[in-house]
Amino acid sequence: MKKRVGFKVERRPVASGRVVFLVSLLAIIAAFVVAGIFFRIYGVSPIHAYQLILRGSLGSRFGLAETVRRVIPLLLCGVGLTIAFRALFWNIGAEGQLLMGAVAAAGVALFSGLPGPLLLPAMFIGGFIGGAAWGLIPAILKVMLGLNDVITTLMMNYIAIYFVEWLIHGPWKGPTARGFAYTDTFPRAAWLPTLYGTRIHWPTLVLGLVLAVVMYIMVTRTRSGFEIRVIGENPNAARFAGISQLKTTLVVMLISGGFAGLAGVGEVAGIHMRLLGPTNISMGYGYTAIIVAWLARRNPLAVIITSLLFGVIMTGGDVIKVSLGLPFQLINVFNGLILFFLIGSEILLHYKISFLLRR
Amino acid sequence: MDNSEGYAIELRGIVKRFPGVVANDGIDFKVRRGEIHCLLGENGAGKTTLMRVLYGLYRPDEGEIILNGQPVQMTSPRAALNHHVGMVHQHFRLVPTLSVEENIVLGLDEGTGPFVNFRKTREKISAIANEYGLSVDLQTKIWQLTVGQQQRVEILKALYREVDILIMDEPTSVLTPQEVDQLFTTLRTLVDDGLTIIFITHKLDEVMQVSDRVTVLRKGKVVATLLTAETDKPALARLMVGREVVFRLEKSPLKQREKILEMNDLYALNDRGLPALRGVSFDLFGGEILGVAGVSGNGQYELAEVLTGLRKSTKGKVFLAKKEVTNCSAREMNDLNVAHIPAERIRMGIVPALSIRENLILKKYRRPPFSHREFLDNKEIEENAHRAMSDYQIAAPSCETPAKLLSGGNIQKVVLARELSENPSLIVAVHPTYGLDIGATEQVRQVLLAQRERGAATLLISEDLEEIMTLSDRILVLFNGEVMGILDAESADIEEIGLMMAGSRHKGEKL
Amino acid sequence: MGWETWIITTFSRSLAYGTPLLLGTLGEIYAERSGVLNLGVEGMMIMGAYSGFTTAYITGNPWLGILVAAVVGGAFSLIHAFASVTLKANQIVSGLSLTMLGLGLSGMFGRGLEGKPLPVTIPKITISGLSKIPFLGPILFEGQNLIVYLTILLVPLLWYILYRTRIGITIRSVGESPATADSLGINVDRVRYMCVFLGGILAGVAGGYLSVAYRPAWTEGMTAGMGWIVIALTIFAFWNPVYGMLGAYLFAALYHLSYRLQPWVSPEFLKAMPYAFAILVLIFVSRGTLQKRMGAPAALSLPYTRGEE
Repeated sequence: MKKRVGFKVERRPVASGRVVFLVSLLAIIAAFVVAGIFFRIYGVSPIHAYQLILRGSLGSRFGLAETVRRVIPLLLCGVGLTIAFRALFWNIGAEGQLLMGAVAAAGVALFSGLPGPLLLPAMFIGGFIGGAAWGLIPAILKVMLGLNDVITTLMMNYIAIYFVEWLIHGPWKGPTARGFAYTDTFPRAAWLPTLYGTRIHWPTLVLGLVLAVVMYIMVTRTRSGFEIRVIGENPNAARFAGISQLKTTLVVMLISGGFAGLAGVGEVAGIHMRLLGPTNISMGYGYTAIIVAWLARRNPLAVIITSLLFGVIMTGGDVIKVSLGLPFQLINVFNGLILFFLIGSEILLHYKISFLLRR
Repeated sequence: MDNSEGYAIELRGIVKRFPGVVANDGIDFKVRRGEIHCLLGENGAGKTTLMRVLYGLYRPDEGEIILNGQPVQMTSPRAALNHHVGMVHQHFRLVPTLSVEENIVLGLDEGTGPFVNFRKTREKISAIANEYGLSVDLQTKIWQLTVGQQQRVEILKALYREVDILIMDEPTSVLTPQEVDQLFTTLRTLVDDGLTIIFITHKLDEVMQVSDRVTVLRKGKVVATLLTAETDKPALARLMVGREVVFRLEKSPLKQREKILEMNDLYALNDRGLPALRGVSFDLFGGEILGVAGVSGNGQYELAEVLTGLRKSTKGKVFLAKKEVTNCSAREMNDLNVAHIPAERIRMGIVPALSIRENLILKKYRRPPFSHREFLDNKEIEENAHRAMSDYQIAAPSCETPAKLLSGGNIQKVVLARELSENPSLIVAVHPTYGLDIGATEQVRQVLLAQRERGAATLLISEDLEEIMTLSDRILVLFNGEVMGILDAESADIEEIGLMMAGSRHKGEKL
Repeated sequence: MGWETWIITTFSRSLAYGTPLLLGTLGEIYAERSGVLNLGVEGMMIMGAYSGFTTAYITGNPWLGILVAAVVGGAFSLIHAFASVTLKANQIVSGLSLTMLGLGLSGMFGRGLEGKPLPVTIPKITISGLSKIPFLGPILFEGQNLIVYLTILLVPLLWYILYRTRIGITIRSVGESPATADSLGINVDRVRYMCVFLGGILAGVAGGYLSVAYRPAWTEGMTAGMGWIVIALTIFAFWNPVYGMLGAYLFAALYHLSYRLQPWVSPEFLKAMPYAFAILVLIFVSRGTLQKRMGAPAALSLPYTRGEE
């Protein structure tokens, strides 16, 4: 008698939370396995590399602090992106919105002449407005002219990058050191307080956590959140119910851009205390936040956890740079693989594969 | 074998089943060479399905296809073209940004490899065009052409591929009267040249005007095949809609109340920019059901959309209880308590991923008690869901169940519960029992009758003529966006309705 | 006479720097014309640059490097095609992930090669006779290389294929209306795979050209956002290879001039122009008829499933 092994594939109407979690976990594990293979090819033991990463990012006080410091902008951008993605607005422009928030904050810090205590709040408000404005432009273009949101937000990133470059090399130029350009240092009152001995600018962290909770409540318990969810799940039904796609898109991008702007404020007021080169302000936070939001399945609370994962990866990159001499860029290997396996595994969410053993 | 002589096409015993319905139920269909043969029937009669079987888009479950005496397997449209069978679909298969000649050549393997000899192509197309009077500028892009011209391109496409048999699916639904005449002239020229044409339609005028023979389908079966010269419109109408006794539901006598809806001379365009409603006028009173009969595509959807704020009208006025509501938005119509039971319940009526209780407040979420200021009152929403689920007997594990997991009948109940919970004054119900099993259909009909009892004014749009006749107090027939007539349902003659649905005006007009 | 030299140098350098831009754009035009948005161009370019350099370094044969670059770029693009066309996943995310992966892998493996010189590079060509032609001579025929010439020749070829052959008609129909193409018996998936693959190959060659001919050298992240300019250029070119050529050389000129013109125009402004131009073009073609005439392929970035009409 022959034993036949086969599998049947059937459509899964709805993936339960458990399945979603397992599939996401599977994707992450697969990514780390493949990354491990790359390490092996390079000549480094993957176990050794992962040990280094974990010890470096979570095993020491300094490492943990660095990880948390990375989490802050990822958290803020990520929460904002979950809102945008829920309304089906593909905001690839968090990077640029972050930078514009940083610019606004720097502007307030350096030139507004506001008295000390008002400076930081004004910077946050300015940063929010800067990021929100930068995000609203593609939103308006989409709503009024039907322009593709991916392309416009992407292009705006580079316009923002060069804008920052122009500022620090031109009108806002400060002292130049060793060929790097940046603005003057912010006045003391514009420096965010940090946790003792670390670079964790905790007000921004608290802001991020609070906003994550607030956004979660908004999405699940308010009218606007309901509207966003309806539009994201079935735009036809939204129209049927009289929900305005126009208004919702604008609100959503206001939030998403604004939060990214807040992340920018945090970076320049908490870490660097000046406006500097765009790639130094944001090491791809805006792009990494896309993965953070995607992995969190657009749940603002889950972003707290997923941003932690990527904070670990980023700090891991620093560790590997120092210990193994590999470039920081290689964290993109992790990022790319995780993202790729995430979307590749989505097919498992739609179809159930069960194995059959037949005689 | 003898009966196959002279028949270009013979379909024997074709059966085609889809989940829940037998679209073609043992159809025998014969077309003689060189004739124009009309395939007549209402929606759901099975005409398009049958032709799709012939064209290779569907494989029949049973039966065979015989072309010129030889049995053939139609595995795909490519196979059909190889057998010289072409089809001009209702929705054109043209790429808008490509030119006429590019579209004609698209997908063709002419043995010249990757290169197209445009000069030869142009010569060939021009020759065909001139022969049949189908002139069109070859370099124009499709989007720049009128619909009539686009159809000409579709015909040229088929002729370029040297078809002997041409199937045309409801070709006149998008044409102006002049273009229709031109089309008929073209068809006769083609037939003079030896082509065989099958013409799917629901319009009696066209059948009488252009066909040699006509086959009438009803509910998946052939009712009759006749020589056009030997029949007339009333006879065809009778065959099309059938003469069975229609069961009347237990319906309380009509208690017509005050006028709720008045539509005056309304004009509207459809999605393609063509007129969908032309001067529609009628009144609707509380406590009655006005059934809108008509073959799909004659303006019913657009009428529903105009009444519920999803489509703008171009001319005319609408009054709801004496208040003008012309061109109000969907939200405003919601607020005015107009209920809309949409045709596509999954695509438009619910948000599949959201739970039942969330779907139930899809329209009411902005008002207390379901929300106070910005915040939703989840307790109220849940209570509302429990109430609705018990009132309407919605079968589901809990009110948290995502709507997409429900059966069709239960989904419709969710829609009903949501729309009817606030005692609406006007109900617009479009194909409310489409795709539902007998039990669910019964329940839905009972709900509508209960609303009628309560005093609501209901506009019932349905392709199921039997349903219209059973539920309605009065019947309005739409054809080509115009009101053909409004009849009292009790005394209405089904043949008369059939005639109107197929284009003849009520009383006083020449048949 | 300083002016003349200045103009000649500008044009000449634009030709050289514009070549990888043009190669990437030509490939992306084909991919997008078939309906697939490939945001992985940057990743494919950098992987092409890395693999091309490494091959040339190890084997001493720069042409082999270019070939390997092409293959690597193509292989990467097939991953994107698999995700986008077969798995029908989100094309934006798939492309982004491949760019990240490409940047990461090339940075990681290229560690040891930074700053190393290539023993043999693509030779510069000077055609003595033709280079005497005033103006055009020194620009076109002095100090360029074979790849530059081949790229220029690719433009009319790819234009001709896209607009005058059956393949081009097929590609364009798949990108505009895949349902229609499918109903006419065209294999939509296969056409898309092939176009994305072509895009990958050309992106790979573009990267290889940078590291093996243009510099020649390997630095981590040396493509410096060129892939994103390609995305912008594709739009700026209205998805037409000939306009793509003009756009590529124009942007290359802007880049080259950005430092020369510093006293009058800030270099950052010039460098931001490609991106701003792309948005302006999109706004320009957003109106009805213009969109049909010159706009993006209608089915761009939308996965196609038969039966979903």
